[in-house]
Amino acid sequence: MSAVPPRLALAGITKRFGAVVANDDISFSVAPGEIHALVGENGAGKSTLVKIIYGLLRPDAGVIRWNGETVAPTDPHAARRLGIGMVFQHFSLFDAFTVAENIALGLDAAGDRRALAARIASVSASYGLPLEPGRAVGTLSMGERQRVEIVRCLLQNPRLLVMDEPTSVLTPQEAEVLFATLRRLAAEGCSILYISHKLDEIRALCQRATILRAGRVVANCNPAVETARSMAEMMIGNELRVTKRMPSDRAPEKPARLSVNGLDRPAERAFGVALRDIRFSVGPGEIFGIAGVAGNGQGELMEALSGEWRTSAAAAIAVDGAPVADRGPQARRLAGLYTLPEERNGHAAVPGMSLAANTLLSARHHMGLTRAGVIRRDAARRFAQRIVSAFDVRTFGVDVPASSLSGGNLQKFVVGRELLQKPAVLVVAQPTWGVDAGAAAAIHIALADLAREGAAIVVISQDLDELLSLTDRIAVISGGRLSRTLQTAQVTVDEIGLLMGGAEGETRDAA
Amino acid sequence: MRLELVRRPESPWFGIVAPLLAVALTVASGFVLFLALGLDPVETLYQFMLAPLTTFQSLTELGVKGAPLALIATGLAIGFRANVWNIGAEGQLIIGAIAAGGVALAFWNEAGWWILPLMLAASVAGGMAWAAIPAFLKTRFGVNEILTSLMLTYVASLILQMLVFGPWKDPDGFNYPQTRLFSEAALLPVLIEGTRLHAGALVALLAALAAWFVMARTVTGFEIAVVGDAPQAARFAGFSTRRTVWLSFLVGGGAAGLAGAFEAAGPIGQLVPVLTPGYGFTAIIVAFLGRLSPPGIVAAAALMALTYIGGENAQITAGLPQAATGVFQGMLLFYLLATDGLLRFRIRLTGARSPRAAQP
Repeated sequence: MSAVPPRLALAGITKRFGAVVANDDISFSVAPGEIHALVGENGAGKSTLVKIIYGLLRPDAGVIRWNGETVAPTDPHAARRLGIGMVFQHFSLFDAFTVAENIALGLDAAGDRRALAARIASVSASYGLPLEPGRAVGTLSMGERQRVEIVRCLLQNPRLLVMDEPTSVLTPQEAEVLFATLRRLAAEGCSILYISHKLDEIRALCQRATILRAGRVVANCNPAVETARSMAEMMIGNELRVTKRMPSDRAPEKPARLSVNGLDRPAERAFGVALRDIRFSVGPGEIFGIAGVAGNGQGELMEALSGEWRTSAAAAIAVDGAPVADRGPQARRLAGLYTLPEERNGHAAVPGMSLAANTLLSARHHMGLTRAGVIRRDAARRFAQRIVSAFDVRTFGVDVPASSLSGGNLQKFVVGRELLQKPAVLVVAQPTWGVDAGAAAAIHIALADLAREGAAIVVISQDLDELLSLTDRIAVISGGRLSRTLQTAQVTVDEIGLLMGGAEGETRDAA
Repeated sequence: MRLELVRRPESPWFGIVAPLLAVALTVASGFVLFLALGLDPVETLYQFMLAPLTTFQSLTELGVKGAPLALIATGLAIGFRANVWNIGAEGQLIIGAIAAGGVALAFWNEAGWWILPLMLAASVAGGMAWAAIPAFLKTRFGVNEILTSLMLTYVASLILQMLVFGPWKDPDGFNYPQTRLFSEAALLPVLIEGTRLHAGALVALLAALAAWFVMARTVTGFEIAVVGDAPQAARFAGFSTRRTVWLSFLVGGGAAGLAGAFEAAGPIGQLVPVLTPGYGFTAIIVAFLGRLSPPGIVAAAALMALTYIGGENAQITAGLPQAATGVFQGMLLFYLLATDGLLRFRIRLTGARSPRAAQP
């Protein structure tokens, strides 16, 4: 025991939302200069706890001590004054503004422009986070945007930095750079509370880990002496089912179920990416992975595959030989092509509507949820209930709004909605994004089962581990072009990392 | 000093409490207003809010004035649900009335059962055609529909004036700017003998019922709600925003046009330069006061009709200026928006900090 009080100590933190106890008597502490991991399933109470620390929520019971003194931050300003910095999973940056302008917007007291630019330059240089203050954020990669958020925090001299799933948007190489920065910060005495699902990362980076399950602390451990598997088991409370898939025994002579034949799409928005000559095909029983750093055309490709964007060149996309590229989403579903976009809230689901109503978005025809244009509300509720029980969605029934579910549970719901319709071809983006290990395993198993039944599946993901364990073949999208296709079994992480950086195709021009 | 809005936890009560609170605050402000005007506030408020409810005759007037409001608001609410802002119902109403009036004048010396249905069909088509202009401009060129639909109202009003001051003026009308009185066959049947309550009130109720069914039970209603709530999710579902914009304008314009025919062929019985006391605009308040739901809209239309009748009543008995009706309606909308906002958000003042203070 050292004489120095912990930087942050939580004692008996409890937070209830109605009947749900999100945080139940949580206690742990973070020492000065410590990198501390907070690990747990979705709905385990991590987000609630972080919001309490950052002053966005007030605990019902319990005490927060900051350097030994009891504090009760009432809002983020108060938390920042204490010296708590936060980097959220979703960035709050404006594309059209410059780096300096974005940083000034987020500071409580920005001071004058030129002094700020100088401080940005000095902080970013001293921590190995190169940034050009005058560049528009829209032209930056995801990793660079994260740097903007981190520099914004560092300008306020934080003594505790909270990072929520920071590597979900980074290439493996970029993640290494981030780790170096974090280690450097820790060495200077800044504590770091690191929230992640990637247990290997936690083992490499963190000195201690607090594991939450169902709102309680279930374990405190030293990640270096645990295995990823043992931590995952503590997290979900039972033995983990391994999802490593055997490569499919696809008979090569079978015709492709999905074929994309030279798909082109011009850039539409100011910072959009143009798709150029995308070609790939996926056979029955096959899972095809598309890797890449966010913002390299995944969104544009997804819209082109889903039918939210159409082209007159109908044959650019074919499902079981039938051209569909000129048709809308519903017509493509009738042809057997189902898609699931990356963003759950407001894209794959309407947050303000009930789960039952949300089934109507994609399943209204195939599951017979309407008759002569009239909604069969019982049928919609029954289908929603089927999804909830088949995919273990934790919810108070199917009449609650989608926004009341945690991210991982809503993800299970929307994945279940598409899978239960038995699509011939399923294209899914980031299927386990922000989802805990237990739910991710369930989703992976369900995707593998669907492939075994003869469907063709495309997984667009930034999570390389996911793609390596799930897919049969893999290609990388970079700057709107798709790389050559690799056999997943023979590929190395380094090889993919290089393709992600655009080593093969042209370099991406800054719009 | 800085103002911040902090979201409060949602409660299902907000939807009911906000309109009731808004009505209560309007009454309280009315009290102060009448006092300042040197009137007896209790007596004036009684004349304004309660007296119209005490006689059978004025209760039927509630239906006469409430019907067009409910009909227009029901149509508009569908568009508002989809975030399509048709502000030009007044103009669509005028064009609908002109279309109906044109039919009535063309066959003024004929009697046939088909004249009235033809007038109503013409009014719906006229209202839709007028609403189609902002719909086309929005879907084709991305023009803001609030501006176009609003400005077209003034165009419609001038067209009406041109007609009644010019070619359609009653040849036996001593040069008054109004058309012939419609023939018997071109007038709406009265529901209760001795009153002005006409068949339009029944149509307004049926329209509200139909709109409720469409919005709550059909895929089309779901589509409109999804386009309004989450446009991206609507694209994912394969719903067309363009289709929803057209649908919103055509339904809203058609309903407003029909209301125009009901006014011309009902209480007025001819075309005059000013057809309504601004029903097309008041209907916007009605739609929001009724929370965009058809049952709420019917109740809100009755309340708004009450302010019209009560305003006239108070003018006669208490010498209240005519503008007081408009002030009352304005206060009601203002308080509705305010209570709605304040129930959902808490306002917090954060103190000013010296910009240098937080710098290291």
